[in-house]
Amino acid sequence: MRRGHPAVRALPLAPALVLLLLFLAGPIAYCVWIAFTDLQLTGQAHSSFTGLANFRRALRDDAFLNAVRLTLVFTVLSALVGQNTLGLALAALMRRASKPVRTLTGGVVITAWVLPEVVAGFLLYAFFRREGTLNAVLDWLHLPRQNWLFTLPVLAVSFANVWRGTAFSMLVYSAALDEIPAEITEAAEVDGAGGWRRLWHITLPMIRRSIGTNLMLNTLQTLSVFGLIWVMTRGGPGSRSQTLPLFMYEQAFQNSMIGYGTAVALLLLLVGSLFSVVYLRLLRTEV
Amino acid sequence: MPVRPTAALSALLATALCAAALTACGSGSGRGPDTIKVSYKQSTDNSVKVMDTYLDGVRKQFEREHPGKKVEFVPIKAPDAEYYTKLQQMLRSPRTAPDLVYEDTFLINSDITSGYLRPLDAYLAKWPDWKQFIGTAKAAARGRDGRTYGVPDGTDTRGLWFDRRVFAKAGLPPHWQPKTWDDVLSAARTIKREVPGVVPLNVYTGKPAGERSTMQTFEMLLYGTGDGSADPLYDDRTGKWVVGSRAFKDALAFVETVYREKLGPDVSDALDPNFSTTVAGELLPRGGLGIALDGSWLPLTWQPGSGHPWPDWSRRLGLAAMPTRHGQAPGKVSMSGGWTWAVPAKAANPDLAFSFVRTLQTKDNARKWYIANAGIAVREDVAADPAYTTAQPGLAFFTGLVAHTHYRPAYPAYPKVSTAVQEAMEGVTTGDLSVAKAASGYDATVEDVTGGRVVRR
Repeated sequence: MRRGHPAVRALPLAPALVLLLLFLAGPIAYCVWIAFTDLQLTGQAHSSFTGLANFRRALRDDAFLNAVRLTLVFTVLSALVGQNTLGLALAALMRRASKPVRTLTGGVVITAWVLPEVVAGFLLYAFFRREGTLNAVLDWLHLPRQNWLFTLPVLAVSFANVWRGTAFSMLVYSAALDEIPAEITEAAEVDGAGGWRRLWHITLPMIRRSIGTNLMLNTLQTLSVFGLIWVMTRGGPGSRSQTLPLFMYEQAFQNSMIGYGTAVALLLLLVGSLFSVVYLRLLRTEV
Repeated sequence: MPVRPTAALSALLATALCAAALTACGSGSGRGPDTIKVSYKQSTDNSVKVMDTYLDGVRKQFEREHPGKKVEFVPIKAPDAEYYTKLQQMLRSPRTAPDLVYEDTFLINSDITSGYLRPLDAYLAKWPDWKQFIGTAKAAARGRDGRTYGVPDGTDTRGLWFDRRVFAKAGLPPHWQPKTWDDVLSAARTIKREVPGVVPLNVYTGKPAGERSTMQTFEMLLYGTGDGSADPLYDDRTGKWVVGSRAFKDALAFVETVYREKLGPDVSDALDPNFSTTVAGELLPRGGLGIALDGSWLPLTWQPGSGHPWPDWSRRLGLAAMPTRHGQAPGKVSMSGGWTWAVPAKAANPDLAFSFVRTLQTKDNARKWYIANAGIAVREDVAADPAYTTAQPGLAFFTGLVAHTHYRPAYPAYPKVSTAVQEAMEGVTTGDLSVAKAASGYDATVEDVTGGRVVRR
């Protein structure tokens, strides 16, 4: 077959390229541009270029810094600690469980995962509210009740995110654990290694790549959680559960400051990429 | 050999796709000069068709009276905040701008400043019915340039709802009309003492309740502090926002008293984003609340077919006007909002759109709409019409408040100022901030969000 000019050979890619530019790169570039302007949704006749003003404003804004702090707490609690460890524990335990137990646990966990975010939010709102299920259980156990969404809002929404997102980690780790050759585990057992030693010296190093991937996906997903928190607390009381996505929404759509909101979105992207860099380094280290 | 599309075919495909994409964006509706597009807020509750039914009736009448003309509806089904966002995006471009839109007075000034709307003065001058509209309602849709940009289709007012059974148990009079703020607080204290288990007084507070906190509670207090001649929130003469006022601290102190003395609901309930549903749907019907500072639209919740039918509410609940601080003239205070019909700046058929407004706002159609929507009349001829005043209990009372009502200074910075009010309220509600601290926090925030356009009073 005769080989054509490189430009001609690239031509079949052109439609995809044009569509990508039109519908993906275009809006993204436009968003980046908006972040450097004082564009408002309403209340202004003309917008103008303001350079880094939005970013400077964010770094001086106590509400923004509060949102960054809460986002980090929420991400570390629910993604790194909660979803990740619980997912690994479930995956490990389910390998030893009987089939009915495995089916039941898997079913429950995955149901939580496939529920739409808003539905899950309402379920957990009903669970945590003052007249909710959790307090009913506490009453039954004669333990003191409290309004969880009011006293510990970040903990409540973090728990909700763990409840909802653990299934994903469980699936990732189940697959990873299946990949560990049985001979290695058996050999270690013969050599007298206990459960903890096997976990620490064999299992964890061997699934290291899965841990990295899972942490990255969990983190990126958790950083952008909006619906769950919106339904449960609206970021309140006050701003005590207002993570970056909620702060962004308030600035852009409630206060109509689209430019400022978009700048905050870019900063959120930055936080996400910082996490990603850390995980990618973790991934690169060979066992 | 795998079958591959040839280069020519791909190029053709690309052209076709792009052409399709571009025409999809650019075609508009292909409407002619004989069709108008009307956008309005459709209820998110599928069982509520009040507005759809009413508008469709007016459409039939309009098309009968204007042969050859057509009305096409573009309803937006969304909660308030999302409706504004969606509408503002549509108004930005001539391709998407409808010919007539339903605008909340809360944001109309903001949209006027953006240049989204068209002044209607030329049309209004030739419309005899405009004389029937009351002055404050006309002012709600007036821009800072003095021109009018919308025709109000009713309003709402606010007052005190009280439970006669709770009042009887507490030994309070069945025909109650407090004269001062202290009268309201002392009635609440009596209920707290005599009827345990009942929430004495509800006033919405904090960020979770949003604009409800600002308008229904805070401004109902704030606008009752002076003599009613000057706006305590915004200085019209200088076009600046008022900070550092005694009145602001007094209003905050009222909220603080309610929650510190536990005359209101439990703080964690009050700061629950869904609390307003609890008040109208559970607390009031079950007799769990003594006094509620709330709006004229509450009976909509209790109509047959709604979630909480309560046909005999008017026998169990009494109504009283919110008094001014010390009972000074005019003695009563109310806040009003409401919606207007406005013509976008980028509308294709503005003349025909205004003709539709005239049909919407004939006396008969206006009355039909107020009654269907539990709205409060802003037309003097309808307000005086017994067919309207007797259509529903409470309607006459709330219409009477229109004489003492105030509209918010809904200028572009208002939503941000409103958030600052809610934050100050929340601080004193939880007890995290003193009144002085919360007020100075408000002053600083307002100075920041308005770019320093503040005046100290």
